[in-house]
Amino acid sequence: MSAHATSTYVPKSRIAKWFESRLPLVGLVHGSFIAYPVPRNLNYFWTFGAILSAFLGIQIVTGVWLAMHYEPSAGAAFESVEHIMRDVNYGWLLRYAHANGASMFFLAVYVHIFRALYYGSYKAPREVLYLLGVIIYLLMMATAFLGYTLPWGQMSFWGATVITNILAAIPVVGDSIQSLLWGGYSVGNPTINRFFSLHYLLPWMIAGVVVLHVWALHVTGQNNPAGIPIKSSKDAVPFTPYATVKDAFATVAFMIIFAWFVFYQPNYLGHADNYVPANASVTPAHIVPEWYFLPFYAILRAVPDKLGGVILMFGAVIILAFAPWLDTSRVRSTNYRPVYKVFFWVFVVNAILLGWLGAKPPEGGYVIVGRICTVYYFAHFLLVMPLCGLFETPKALPGSILETVTGPGQTGWDGRQGGQPQDPDKGIPDWAMPDAVKRS
Amino acid sequence: MANTSATPAAAHDQDGSRRDFLFLATGAAVAVGGAFAAWPFVSSMRPDAATIAAGAPLDVDLAPITDGQIVNVFWRGKLIFVRKLTAKEVTDMKAIPLSELSDPAPFDARVKSGHDQWLVVYGNCTHLGCVPIGHQGNFEGWACPCHGSQFDAVGRVRRGPAPINLPVPPYTFASDTKVRIGEEGGKAAA
Repeated sequence: MSAHATSTYVPKSRIAKWFESRLPLVGLVHGSFIAYPVPRNLNYFWTFGAILSAFLGIQIVTGVWLAMHYEPSAGAAFESVEHIMRDVNYGWLLRYAHANGASMFFLAVYVHIFRALYYGSYKAPREVLYLLGVIIYLLMMATAFLGYTLPWGQMSFWGATVITNILAAIPVVGDSIQSLLWGGYSVGNPTINRFFSLHYLLPWMIAGVVVLHVWALHVTGQNNPAGIPIKSSKDAVPFTPYATVKDAFATVAFMIIFAWFVFYQPNYLGHADNYVPANASVTPAHIVPEWYFLPFYAILRAVPDKLGGVILMFGAVIILAFAPWLDTSRVRSTNYRPVYKVFFWVFVVNAILLGWLGAKPPEGGYVIVGRICTVYYFAHFLLVMPLCGLFETPKALPGSILETVTGPGQTGWDGRQGGQPQDPDKGIPDWAMPDAVKRS
Repeated sequence: MANTSATPAAAHDQDGSRRDFLFLATGAAVAVGGAFAAWPFVSSMRPDAATIAAGAPLDVDLAPITDGQIVNVFWRGKLIFVRKLTAKEVTDMKAIPLSELSDPAPFDARVKSGHDQWLVVYGNCTHLGCVPIGHQGNFEGWACPCHGSQFDAVGRVRRGPAPINLPVPPYTFASDTKVRIGEEGGKAAA
C-alpha cells in the first residue's frame, strides 16, 4: 500500500490499462499481497493475522445470515434463537459457527497478541500498527459482549446487567451512560434492541480498523523472530507464493479446531444457564463471562472496592497500549533476552492462572491468589518491562535475517538449510525492498 | 468597493477579512448545527414515553406476607424485596452498633416509622446488580452469589465488594396492609 510496493504492477491488457489509470486498485493489491517482501524467517506465529482475517469474515457472514431469522426483542429473542436451532435450514450450523467462531477469534487474537509481546512487535517503528491492534481488540470485546446478550438467556441477561452496572461506577457521567444503554430503568426490551443494532455496527468498524492495521503493517514491514530489519533482498521472499500459501495452510489447519468445536462440542465453551430464558428475579448460581473475558473478570473480583475493581479491569486492557513506551530494551525479540524470556513466560502462566481464577467462586483462597496474580499482571508492565530493559545484557543479535536461516557466517546459498528453493539472484528485486533498505 | 479595488494591497486585506469572517461564521454554524443535529440521536436513546408511563407507582398488598417471608415485586423493571422481619430480627438489627457498618445507617433509616416489621429495598446487589439470595450468609439477610457480598436483615452491606446498602425505593404506607412503591410524601417518583 505504500508507494514503494505499488510501483511495479504493469497492466497488460487494454482494459487493465484503462482501469489502472483511473483507479490503481490492482496495483495496490499486487504491491500489498503479491510482490510485498516478507522476512524469510517468519514462523507459524506470523500466520495468525490471516487466520484472524478469515474469522472476521466468518463472523460477519454467519452474523448477517443469523440476523435474517433473529428477533431482537425481550419477548421474542429467546424463542427466535430456538427457532433458528430447530426450524431454520442449517440454522444450527449458522448459530454454532457464529458462537464458536467468536471463541476461535479470541483464541487466535490471544496468540497474535502474545506473539507481538514476545517478539517485540510493538516497538519502534511499529507503535501505531500495535495501537491499532489494541483498538481492534477493544472493539472485539465490545462486540462479543453485545452479541452474548442477544439470545436473552440467563447468562445474557445477567451479563448485560453486570456490565452495565460496571459502567455506572464511572464517576459523574456513569448513571447517564447506564441510562442511555438501558433505554429504561433497567435492562429490558429497549436494551436488547439497541444492543442488536450496535452488535451489527461494530464489526464493520473492526473491518475499517483492520484496513488501517494492514496499511500500517505494509508501511513498516513485518517484524520477524530475529527482530532485526530486512537489510538486503536475500533477507526476504515475495508475499506470493510464500506467505500466501503458508497463511492459507495455517488457516485451514486452524479450521480443523474450529470444525471440531462446531460439529462435536458446540456448547462446550458456552454455559448451560444460557438455555434458560432471562429471569430478572433469579441470578444464576455462578455467573461467569465467556472464557475469553475470565482473566479480566478475575481482576475485577480481586479488588474489594467497586470503582477500584472497575478501574483495574479496564486498566488491564488499556495498559497494553503503553507497552511500546514501558519496554526500555533496545532488542526486540525475546529470543535474545535471556532474563526477560523468563519473565515473559511467568506472565503467560499468570494470565492463564487469572483466567482459571475468573471461573472460580469469589471466596477464600481464590480471592487471595487472584489478588497476587492481579498485582503481578500490572507489575509485569510497570516494573519488569522498564527495569529488565535497563539491567539485562541481551545476547548478540545475528548479522542478518538470512544468517538466522542458513547459520552464522553463511551469506550465500551454498550452505543453506531447510531446502529454500529461492535462487538469491532471482529473489526480491531491489524495487520491492522497504525504503530504509534501499537507502542503505 | 470602487476605492478599495484601486490598490491591490487593500483589496487583499478586504478579501482576507471577508474570508476570515466567512470561515468563522461557517465554522460556528457547523459546530452549533452539529450539536443540534446530534441531540435527537442522543435523546432518542433515553427512556421513551411508554417506558416512563409503565413506571407508575405500584401497590403491594402486605396482608398475605408472613413473618420472615421475602416477596419479590417489580417496579420499573427493577426487582424489589418486600420483607416482613421477625421480632428477633428487629431486635438483632436494632442492637447492631453503627461502628460495625461500612455504610452506616441506623435501623430507623431502613424502615418507615411505626412499621418496624416491614423492609422494602431494591433487590439488586449494589456491586454489579446480581440478585442476592435471601436467608443466606452470616447476617440474617442476603448473600450475593456473584461476587460474595453479604447484607443483613435490613439490607445493609456487611461484607464483600458492594459499596453501599441495598437502597430503599420511594414508598409510602397507603394503609397498614398496603404499600405504594414509587410514591413518597404524596408525590410520584421522578
